[in-house]
Amino acid sequence: MNISAGTNAPLLSIKDLSVRFGPDRVVEDLSFSVKAGRTLAVVGESGSGKSVTSLSVMRLADMMGAHFETGSILFNDTDLLKASQKQMRLIRGKEIAMIFQEPMTSLNPVFTIGDQICEVLLLHENISKAAATAEARHLLDMVRLPDSEQLLKRYPHQLSGGMRQRVMIAMALACRPKLLIADEPTTALDVTIQAQILNIMRDLQRDFGMGMIFITHDMGVVAEMADDVVVMWKGRKVEEGPVREIFANPQHPYTRALLSAVPRLGSLTGEDFPKRMPLTVLDGDTQTIVGEERVQDTARYDLPPVVSVKDLFVRFDIRKNILGKATHRCSAVSKVSFDIHPGETLALVGESGSGKSTIGRTIQQLQTSLSGEISFNGKSYLNMSAAERFRMRQEVQYIFQDPFASLDPRKKVGFSVAEPINTHQLIDGSKAVRRRVHELLERVGLTSAHADRYPHEFSGGQRQRVCIARALASNPKLIIADEALSALDVSIQAQIINLFMDLQAERGLAYLFISHDMAVVEKMSHRVAVLYLGQIMEMGSRRQVFETPKHDYTRRLLSAVPVADPTAERNTDLIEGDIPNPVHRVGDEPAILSHDEPNPGHFVATASARKSAPIFGKHDA
Amino acid sequence: MTVKLLSAAKTFRLSRFNSLEFILGASLTIIICLAVLFSSQLFPGGADKIDLMARLAKPFTTAAHPLGTDPLGRDVLARVVAGGKISLFVGFTSVAGSVLFGVLMGLVAGYYRGFWDMVVMHFADLQLAMPFILLAITFIAIVGGSLTNTIILLIVSQWVQYARLVRGSVLTLREREFILSARAIGVRDWRIIFQHLLPNLIGPVIVLMTLNVANNILLESSLTFLGMGVDPTIPSWGGMLADGRTYLQIAWWVSVFPGLAILLTVLGLNLLGDWLRDSLDPTGRTSR
Repeated sequence: MNISAGTNAPLLSIKDLSVRFGPDRVVEDLSFSVKAGRTLAVVGESGSGKSVTSLSVMRLADMMGAHFETGSILFNDTDLLKASQKQMRLIRGKEIAMIFQEPMTSLNPVFTIGDQICEVLLLHENISKAAATAEARHLLDMVRLPDSEQLLKRYPHQLSGGMRQRVMIAMALACRPKLLIADEPTTALDVTIQAQILNIMRDLQRDFGMGMIFITHDMGVVAEMADDVVVMWKGRKVEEGPVREIFANPQHPYTRALLSAVPRLGSLTGEDFPKRMPLTVLDGDTQTIVGEERVQDTARYDLPPVVSVKDLFVRFDIRKNILGKATHRCSAVSKVSFDIHPGETLALVGESGSGKSTIGRTIQQLQTSLSGEISFNGKSYLNMSAAERFRMRQEVQYIFQDPFASLDPRKKVGFSVAEPINTHQLIDGSKAVRRRVHELLERVGLTSAHADRYPHEFSGGQRQRVCIARALASNPKLIIADEALSALDVSIQAQIINLFMDLQAERGLAYLFISHDMAVVEKMSHRVAVLYLGQIMEMGSRRQVFETPKHDYTRRLLSAVPVADPTAERNTDLIEGDIPNPVHRVGDEPAILSHDEPNPGHFVATASARKSAPIFGKHDA
Repeated sequence: MTVKLLSAAKTFRLSRFNSLEFILGASLTIIICLAVLFSSQLFPGGADKIDLMARLAKPFTTAAHPLGTDPLGRDVLARVVAGGKISLFVGFTSVAGSVLFGVLMGLVAGYYRGFWDMVVMHFADLQLAMPFILLAITFIAIVGGSLTNTIILLIVSQWVQYARLVRGSVLTLREREFILSARAIGVRDWRIIFQHLLPNLIGPVIVLMTLNVANNILLESSLTFLGMGVDPTIPSWGGMLADGRTYLQIAWWVSVFPGLAILLTVLGLNLLGDWLRDSLDPTGRTSR
């Protein structure tokens, strides 16, 4: 088999594939093909059947109870659907390799990295253990992991998420497969790490001349990676074509709806306020545009702030010595100050370990602070009585990332929405409470009948609506949304963003919007604070931070965001290095940075005089 | 009231009653319980009537003694039915007591952590390290043997299992976001414990309960056998098993039928417990 790029015979071709699980057909009449040296992106939202397709190619779907009703999957002129599992074992890992979404769970925690890479090699190649170890080292170098010699002896938990995903790539490439299937390989990673992984994958694919199937829901990643695109919707292929064509001239209404929902970085350049944008919604096969375009000038800077955070420090003891004295600490939040005004959205942006969630949890009193002051409507938490602190839990509400995890699986949704009302005794009489619950559910776009259902009977977007209804139930002044949009499909995400904005315009709500997604932040927020290792690197109005970023880290974050435009130029220079571990030894505290104010309201961290803290650490393996 | 009951039945999903597990489990349990409750009506002659002429009669031969007789000529069927009184009473009450105490301890220790967690769990470890027989001998030597004391002893020795099981579940559940979000709303601790934590960890507790009923019936019999339990002249399943041991070679029925009674009781309770666990779970995940 000639694997050089440019041959016209497809490497893998799927024809009329239908896959059934029990009574449900999850993939119907799917056909596409991949050529050597090309990347095919399979795009779709949750439930579109894209992962089932990839698992069917590997014939791993068999173990989950899949039935292949029709079709064929031709690879090297053999039909994989007719191959026995024994034949498939020779193909898996050797000819076709796969990378999964979760690097945390795809590696076996009790074996070293070296053992796990060698296992693949010893299984498929007839080589000695020593040769396999040497090859494993070479593979780790190839995915640009430093200190490969040392790394071979390490265990998965000692590596960061990005490093683990590189190890997964190294394992997948161990036998030089002809086809690589990557199923959402960067979804669980931070943006800067995602950008690095995508670069590595692109380069290695070119070097090896592999065919690649890249499964993703992220149109930005598609634009960066793909040569060709297959758009899937409800188990069917709705559109297929070269990437530029799909982005420039989408034919199917679903593709158009999908593309219109994608938040694009830079779409609000020149605007002072965020804008609520109309949405293309697909109902059956007809598309309608719902909602109005409205400037979100709800922030009331003339009023005193709802919440004011001053010099907040939060610290966790990570390791203690035998006497119970802390030896290692995590300075999660160091000297963070900000105000949120009524009707304003302040976004906290940062990557994992930046302390953004810790700040939210401290305001919600789920976490105690070491020092610093948080005041609500001018009154400090420190001076509050127990009753006043309890009332704070009515005035401030928290929405979590995973709407499924944040609803009690054993309670009906109506119970969960009524819980804040009952806890704070806002309404008397169970009938009145029920009426209020129904009102709330209808306000967030559900129906009153939904109150009698359990969380598992909803889709992800509906569940997040339930969580929003629950947060609204106690008439709060401030809602803390902790990655509230990250677990949702883009089309749902766009709807929820509009819901957030409508509620803000209606009730003058203030939001603390915690996110890692720069594009979503740009769409929603009035002001932005960029966090890195527990400190604010840059804070200012959305315009100041996005259009004239002053800090290196802000620029780095912005350049790492995948742009949903295949013609865009990419700047990959800024993206190197890993996010350092925020855990440090006692006495080895990171320097506290001071801030400049180049423009009114625009704060930028300066390197401290005492010891200039390295902003981008090396891999701290 | 009826409306409330009806809606409760609805949420319980009436279709659930249509399962083989429920029908088998419920009918077994109900038949055994009814027979045991009305044993004196069913066998007016009583379980202690000695008929030395009919010693060690074989089962399924005479209508008078359908399951045969024991070495003293007492009717095995009558004794099995009457013996259920003690066995089931001890089994049910001791399990109920240890569940109440153990689950409460586990919830408190797991949710609050800290000092009380340390006290409860170290005490539990200490107790697990002590052999049951040693504990039993010490306990009975101090307070004396009786029905109540046997039950107390069983509760004291068994609550630890529930406490550990529940504490483990609470430790994982309390980090889940729905508990966190209840705390964020301001829900009081006891409501979080009883409304959110308890329903989410009750499944494994129910399974352990059904298994423990059988275990406790047997423990009671070993205590009786060692002369530390209930008055040995009162028939009980465990006691009969022990009595029949010496005759196992020539008269298997003396110990097999009480054993069968234990087996059927446990089977019924197990089926019922599995069914209960599944129907309490709205997602219906465990039943698949």
